[in-house]
Amino acid sequence: MGLSSTKFGVYNPEKPNENRITDIGPRYYWDFFPPVIQRNYGKWLYHEILEPGVLVHVSETGEKVYTVRVAGMRTMTVALMREACDIADKYCDGYLRFTTRNNIEFLVTDEAKLEALKKDLQSRKFYSGSYKFPIGGTGASITNIVHTQGYVHCHTPATDASTMVKAVMDELFDYFTGMTLPAKVRVSMACCLNMCGAVHCSDIAMLGYHRKPPAIDHDYVAKLCEIPTVVVSCPMAAISPAQTPDGKKTVKIKEERCMFCGNCYTMCPALPLSDKEGDGVVILAGGKLSNRITEPKFSKVVVAYLPNNFPRFPEVCATVKKIVEVYAQGAQKHERLGDWIERIGWERFFEKTGIPFTEHLIDDYRLAYDTYRTSTLFRYTDAAWAVSKAAGGIK
Amino acid sequence: MTFQPPGPKVPQKELNYQELRIYTDEELRNPSDEEMKQFKIKHDIPLLEQLESGPWPSFVADMKVEAWRRRKLADDRMFAPREMVEDLLGQVEISLVHGETHWKHGGIVGVSGYGGGVIGRYSDVPEQFPGVAHFHTIRVNQTGGKFYKTDHLRALCDLWELRGSGILNMHGSTGDIIFLGTITEQLEPIFQEMAHHLSQDLGGSGSNLRTPSDCIGKARCEFALYDTQEMCYEITMAFQDELHRPMFPYKFKVKFDGCPNGCVASIARSDMAVIGTWRDNIRIDQEAVKAYIAGEIPPNAGAFKGRDWGKFDIQAEVIDRCPTKCMALDGGKLVINDKECVRCMHCINTMPRALRPGTATGVSLLFGAKAPILEGAQMAVLGVPFMEVEPPYDNVKEILSKVFEWWDEHGKMRERLGELIQRMGLQRFCEAIGLPVAPQMVWRPRANPYVFWKEEEVPGGFKRDIDDYRTRHAR
Repeated sequence: MGLSSTKFGVYNPEKPNENRITDIGPRYYWDFFPPVIQRNYGKWLYHEILEPGVLVHVSETGEKVYTVRVAGMRTMTVALMREACDIADKYCDGYLRFTTRNNIEFLVTDEAKLEALKKDLQSRKFYSGSYKFPIGGTGASITNIVHTQGYVHCHTPATDASTMVKAVMDELFDYFTGMTLPAKVRVSMACCLNMCGAVHCSDIAMLGYHRKPPAIDHDYVAKLCEIPTVVVSCPMAAISPAQTPDGKKTVKIKEERCMFCGNCYTMCPALPLSDKEGDGVVILAGGKLSNRITEPKFSKVVVAYLPNNFPRFPEVCATVKKIVEVYAQGAQKHERLGDWIERIGWERFFEKTGIPFTEHLIDDYRLAYDTYRTSTLFRYTDAAWAVSKAAGGIK
Repeated sequence: MTFQPPGPKVPQKELNYQELRIYTDEELRNPSDEEMKQFKIKHDIPLLEQLESGPWPSFVADMKVEAWRRRKLADDRMFAPREMVEDLLGQVEISLVHGETHWKHGGIVGVSGYGGGVIGRYSDVPEQFPGVAHFHTIRVNQTGGKFYKTDHLRALCDLWELRGSGILNMHGSTGDIIFLGTITEQLEPIFQEMAHHLSQDLGGSGSNLRTPSDCIGKARCEFALYDTQEMCYEITMAFQDELHRPMFPYKFKVKFDGCPNGCVASIARSDMAVIGTWRDNIRIDQEAVKAYIAGEIPPNAGAFKGRDWGKFDIQAEVIDRCPTKCMALDGGKLVINDKECVRCMHCINTMPRALRPGTATGVSLLFGAKAPILEGAQMAVLGVPFMEVEPPYDNVKEILSKVFEWWDEHGKMRERLGELIQRMGLQRFCEAIGLPVAPQMVWRPRANPYVFWKEEEVPGGFKRDIDDYRTRHAR
């Protein structure tokens, strides 16, 4: 039976519970595995990256499967999806998969088909010249940027996602199609502190951030929000109940306490934070997720604010690129960005990248003291000499 | 012999796109480059049009192609506004100009009987962009490992073209397929059409169990130490009620990583992280070790091929980088003191043809990861060091149920599990789940002696007699 093309399909608005199917979960994964995957499930021996974006996996049964990984766009349309399906039908017996970082993978068993598939993928371009399915994102590369919705679909962003990711990946494209780095570099992007993209453990993270306290829509606070809930939503206890001159219930905000997290706006639509001059981008660096060699670690703030310079974010692109280039030059093989920084010291990181170390980068939230250097172990850089001069210690 | 999976919990419809399809080939024809160069959308979008060029795939170009098709389709071949894609581009453009989003805050819509899976979204400039006045999201529970048959994807595309904007995420951050933009009237039809024809359910949103997700696992990875796909499916099905009907203090995420490399980021992003591990010895093929040393096999499966790093140096690259220094070369033979190994995967990742994880495999369970809102970002803390796991994974389900119970009882509104653990202490969490504490759960013991001694732990309890005290001590 085909999908319905009538307005309500199998759903009957008169009898909404008639023939209703619920709680059936996702499709069973096994049915969507290509036969070669079914035959070799749990039997893979090893893999090799033949060239950027192309992998071969070898099974104990002797079978091989070749994978071609191409950049996907998290936000895509059915037009591009159908084209990906055309490719999968032509070369891959009607199967394809997506990676957790929004890439698309095409699997073939026949080496002859592999060459034709690669050629086909590389030949497909949009009318405007961009690749539709560029091959890469394996090994010591920069693969796709995981990101959030931004202006395409979200009510809380402090910047936009799709535009920034496109701009930054255009700049980093050679790192996607090559494998020239000391280790993989994971770049992630989130439009606000809610971080539905969870960028807090990335080698490089780009995070939208507000810098102005909420504007208070006094006439609507009581209508739209539960005031006690709004008051407790603030982690800094900056919000308290108040009254307007004409006696309406509202809230007041101690602005000097606001850290611009936006949690109050999540609880109350009458407290918007977004603002053209206030909003911008934070750059974080040095995080990782894997347990390889060292434990997973958080990314740290290295630039507290860059402007939302739409649509190509030149300042963000330049900063990210600079960090990648200095890392690529200085790190040892196998050394992730955060491990490299810890080896050379943060003072050296700021010296080498030329990123200014400002007071905004010193933690003053909870447990901040743990980040203060309680030791005489440090390296001399110009920043240290500047302090010595200011203190009257040297001329 | 081919592995036989336990099989689905509910019957799965056969999928044949030619039977399922809504649109004809002619309706689905893509425009030629020439046609696209002639095509203008109804709004001026000079900022976005700067993003049509450059090598990375352009979402603007992709959306324009879809906008072109929606101009051509007949009126009765779409039940959501024709201008949805064009108006979305228009609204994003003015958002870039204003430096502010134009989506209103929330809006409660959904399908009957579910509390999640649909997120209401309304434009705050609907007169200017009527096509996106209503632009709700639907979360669709992705398939394990994110493998698909094109029959399924094409059917989803037709359904979404007919009943929504045609714009989607493959995939959202939690793992779902996300349909971006439809109208309230079409929510129930989309839900039931998927359920009836495609055996496809919605995912989670709001204060419920969010759609669990897994890594590629045994499907195509030699490092997978348990069956991530089957466990993800089994847990998803066992907790359907928790997934669809919000009754928790806040969201709860479960993710399944097959090994400590952590490709689905469970340790940073899930309230319960299930990470594959092993308890016996790393398997060594000494011949292959020699081949790596001799430069016959590229290290790290060829990940460094793009640059000349010189000859592979097993001492510098593997042995010296081992975090516990439990490896050595002994007369050309690699020896590992497995008792001291912390299973970081570095040596295995670097020499996958010589080294393989042990065969006594299972999972570690970690709890409490989350993004910064509200108390700051947290990573998951080790709870269960090792657990053998077999379908139907009753031991994991039992622990998960206890976690839900404790969090339900003590969690405040919008308090994630990790924040509750922080507020009440890891020892209270362990007590509730029935786990003895162990040094593996902490980086180091506490530096302050401010122990909250319980009355029953101290002989004589907390009842004091001041008169008795005073018989020995003058005021």
